[in-house]
Amino acid sequence: MRFHLLLILAAALVYGAARAIGLDYVFFAGYIVLQYVALATAWNILGGYTGYMNFGVSAFFALGAYTTVALDKAFGLPLPVMMLAGGIVSGLVGLGMGYLTMRLKGIFFAIATFALAVVAETFITNWDYVGGSSGAYIIRPVKGPLYGTYIEYLFLLMLVVVVVSLAIARWLERSRLGYGLAAIRDDEVAAEATGVPTLGLKLIATTISGALMGVAGAPLPFYITFFDPSAGFNLAYAINSIAMAMIGGTASWVGPLVGAVLLATVQQVATVTISSEINLLLVGGLLVLFVVLAPNGIVGLVQGRWRWRR
Amino acid sequence: MTIGNIGRIAGRAALVAMAMLGSIALASAAEPIKIGMGMAQTGPLAGSGKSALLSMQIWVEDVNAKGGLLGRPVKLIYYDDQSSPANVPPIYTKLIDIDKVDLIVSGYATPIIAAAMPIAMQHNMVLMGLFGLADNARFHYDKYFQIAPIGENPSESSTKPIFDLAMTLNPKPKTVAVITPELEFGHAILTGVRKNAKELGLTVVYDRTFPPATTDLTTVVREVQASHPDIVVVGTQPGQTISAVRAISEVGLKAMMIGGAMTGLQTSPTEMLLGPQLNGFVNFNYWLPSPKMQFPGVMDFLGKYQARAEKAGVDPLGYYIGPWAYAQMQILGQAVEATKSLDGAKLGPYIHATTFKTVVGDVKFGPGGEWAKPRVLMAQFQHVTGNGIAQFKGSDKLVVVDPPEYKAGDMIYPFQDARK
Amino acid sequence: MNITFELLANSLLAGLLLGGFYAALSAGATIAFGLLEIVNIAHPTFAVIGAYAVYLLNRHLHLDPLLGGLVLTPIFYLIGTILYRVYHFAFERRSEDAMQGLAFFFGLMFIVEVGLIMIFGVDFRYVTTDYITTTWQIGELSVPLRLAVPFVGSLALLAVLEIGLKRSFTGRAIIAVAEDPLALRLMSASPVKIKRIAFGVAIATTAFVGALLVIIQPLQPASGREFIGRVFAICVLGGMGSISGTLIAAVFLGLVENMTSIFLGASWSPAVAFGFLLITLAVRPRGLLGR
Repeated sequence: MRFHLLLILAAALVYGAARAIGLDYVFFAGYIVLQYVALATAWNILGGYTGYMNFGVSAFFALGAYTTVALDKAFGLPLPVMMLAGGIVSGLVGLGMGYLTMRLKGIFFAIATFALAVVAETFITNWDYVGGSSGAYIIRPVKGPLYGTYIEYLFLLMLVVVVVSLAIARWLERSRLGYGLAAIRDDEVAAEATGVPTLGLKLIATTISGALMGVAGAPLPFYITFFDPSAGFNLAYAINSIAMAMIGGTASWVGPLVGAVLLATVQQVATVTISSEINLLLVGGLLVLFVVLAPNGIVGLVQGRWRWRR
Repeated sequence: MTIGNIGRIAGRAALVAMAMLGSIALASAAEPIKIGMGMAQTGPLAGSGKSALLSMQIWVEDVNAKGGLLGRPVKLIYYDDQSSPANVPPIYTKLIDIDKVDLIVSGYATPIIAAAMPIAMQHNMVLMGLFGLADNARFHYDKYFQIAPIGENPSESSTKPIFDLAMTLNPKPKTVAVITPELEFGHAILTGVRKNAKELGLTVVYDRTFPPATTDLTTVVREVQASHPDIVVVGTQPGQTISAVRAISEVGLKAMMIGGAMTGLQTSPTEMLLGPQLNGFVNFNYWLPSPKMQFPGVMDFLGKYQARAEKAGVDPLGYYIGPWAYAQMQILGQAVEATKSLDGAKLGPYIHATTFKTVVGDVKFGPGGEWAKPRVLMAQFQHVTGNGIAQFKGSDKLVVVDPPEYKAGDMIYPFQDARK
Repeated sequence: MNITFELLANSLLAGLLLGGFYAALSAGATIAFGLLEIVNIAHPTFAVIGAYAVYLLNRHLHLDPLLGGLVLTPIFYLIGTILYRVYHFAFERRSEDAMQGLAFFFGLMFIVEVGLIMIFGVDFRYVTTDYITTTWQIGELSVPLRLAVPFVGSLALLAVLEIGLKRSFTGRAIIAVAEDPLALRLMSASPVKIKRIAFGVAIATTAFVGALLVIIQPLQPASGREFIGRVFAICVLGGMGSISGTLIAAVFLGLVENMTSIFLGASWSPAVAFGFLLITLAVRPRGLLGR
């Protein structure tokens, strides 16, 4: 309970600081950083806690976004409602993926997630209602429903998503569910042998992970206003989520937060200063470096030094 | 204190005061007018993006050489949008919020322009659009002006010229096939083709769109061949255009007339790459160095452009987008000078009401922000030999065949006759 | 749309020829993945590097791409062995699971892609040869050399690999290291050294495959991405580590893709390939012709 209050306080401070600076640009860039915090945290639930590497991040993310496109076109619902819908859709897809891949482990699971992303993309590109390959235009209102600009509103929504994701991740980590997931990660066969309900746990993990990714993706069409398959189904989301979680450290909820804030901020700065390709170069390079030299991520390094000092 | 002393002190104080006032005035006079944009320097659109940027930089130099706008120097601030619409909103937000630009212009191509519209509308700024198809159709923004001479009905004007030409063929064609990607742009082409075909009594025998990322169009071309069309309308974007030409060559597609809306065929690197494979294609052009198109200032501009193009790594001839990017800036500049203002509320109505004199001739916009009267040329590649660039510098290998007021030669048909 | 015999026959042919290329591309991957359990998701990206190198040789020295590919093969072999040393040091020694290795190659893939973008830009590159634009007409069939030449090259590569694996001592040792490293050690062959050679060979193939790639289609830095899924689909479908299985699976995939394109439209092709993969993974992960 105390943790949750602290978390909300931290979020309020972030929002307050952003408002104080008063530039739309801060909300614009900040939205992306927050989005990646949510994605990395969601990925880590399946990747770090359970040990199953998901390459199909873009599928869940984009399906959340396309849910928004479809619902906005059909009903024009308020964004938070569409975000929940996006979460439900992606959560269900996560559940389905869990079932399909229940007998797959390790690399085969990863390949299957990759295949899933392609299949999802193919279906969307053939669905004319949401624009198919040509994409869809979303008219973004100028003012947000509360006060400020619409982009400030998007920033606020994403902040809420981040708070919820971090809370869920931390809760999962410390619950019996989490111990079960860790058991699966460390030795699935042994876990099964000792009676851990591995299938059920894996399904829960894929569902929660997928749902959070869908919620994170849902506001994106309003952010870019022109949404086509390449905006959502981009392999860059996979590498960013994976890199941020692994560079930060996959063992706890802090890792993805640290990794995402650092990496995403650097990327935003690089885009407008040096060049834009540099982004993925940085991400790839850092990922390789950390995976080879510091497999426990930044959090692992810090913890190691701590322990060493004592 | 003598009167003389007081006088001298007063005199010096006055001088100092004047100097201060003068420097303040000078400082604000020297404060540049900033024009901001996102322009593709990388990605599939970079070919035209870089060419456009160079043209605009030349305009800035020209304007500054004559004293700038409203007595102030002009400065261009740009970022690379990487040909991706997703990058556009953050770029324009940064331009407006942080760089504090006074005016904005768009990047190149339909989806890129569309992504900038909401921001322009939010800040009530004029948006000059560079080569976008029907971007204003859903926004109806009264301060958007698109420079390519497509006219208020883009899907019609991008396809009508081909059909006009087709109807001059003997015997008259009866069937038409379309090769176009699954994109907004492709949809506009399809709509235009279907409408024109219906009006003229032609049957559409193939109209399946292909995924935009396809690099191998031989299967599509084979399918077209299997439907035996009299004319083939090709509506493609730069990368796909090359694939289409190569596929059509490989499969040996035959028809009375092939071409229409193949973007990218107008840039010299593409022309050089494809060489003789271009022969026979009839395609749209906005401007060519044809005898009837020598508008005031255009050859001067191209001279400056071509001198720097090679070094800048851009389209060496620059016929496709160069004069238009320059003209767009001319219009903006003339509007600013005429209204003595940088305010969209004044610039917008002025631009709507005025006929401008530019390097691409007289420009008058209609109510939707497009040219009031379209001016799309159709030209055919004829007798291209080898892959050298010199042959494309003049206008004899690319012959204007339509409309009649700009015509320079006759079309060779059927398509395969022009390939010999 | 009219589906004539000519259209059908030519599409089947194109699918067959393309399938041969897919097989060549997947051969190295099936060695690395199937026999060594190294998940090199960047394998197609290495082929792209090979393609760019071949392109440079073609552009500046007017070297025929196939020749260029052969010339580059020893260099790529060396790169492969070095890469294996790094991989072994970082992962296999610590007996990390394949996941960290996967992340490693994933990161590598992006580094290479961006590097290529920064060096070459994103414009399409083409090689020029006398035969690329030629098409042979055999009755109703048109055989474009752009596809036929790489097909022949692919078969040659596959034959060399198959013979090498089955007939040479090193080759058999490679197969053995996958099945029983201990027995191999007892035969006084070092498993690590054998694996290093094997991975070197896998990467070496990408030089020649790169040449085939750039003959078939225009080249740009992200060209590898469209093949990642196909390569792994073929590896799984064909049985991990089997060269003949790879060829059959690859040709099958090529044919199915083309048929889908004609009957359902090209936009459904990816779904078919990956749909097959998903079903195979769900039902029979060892592949249709698995060991």
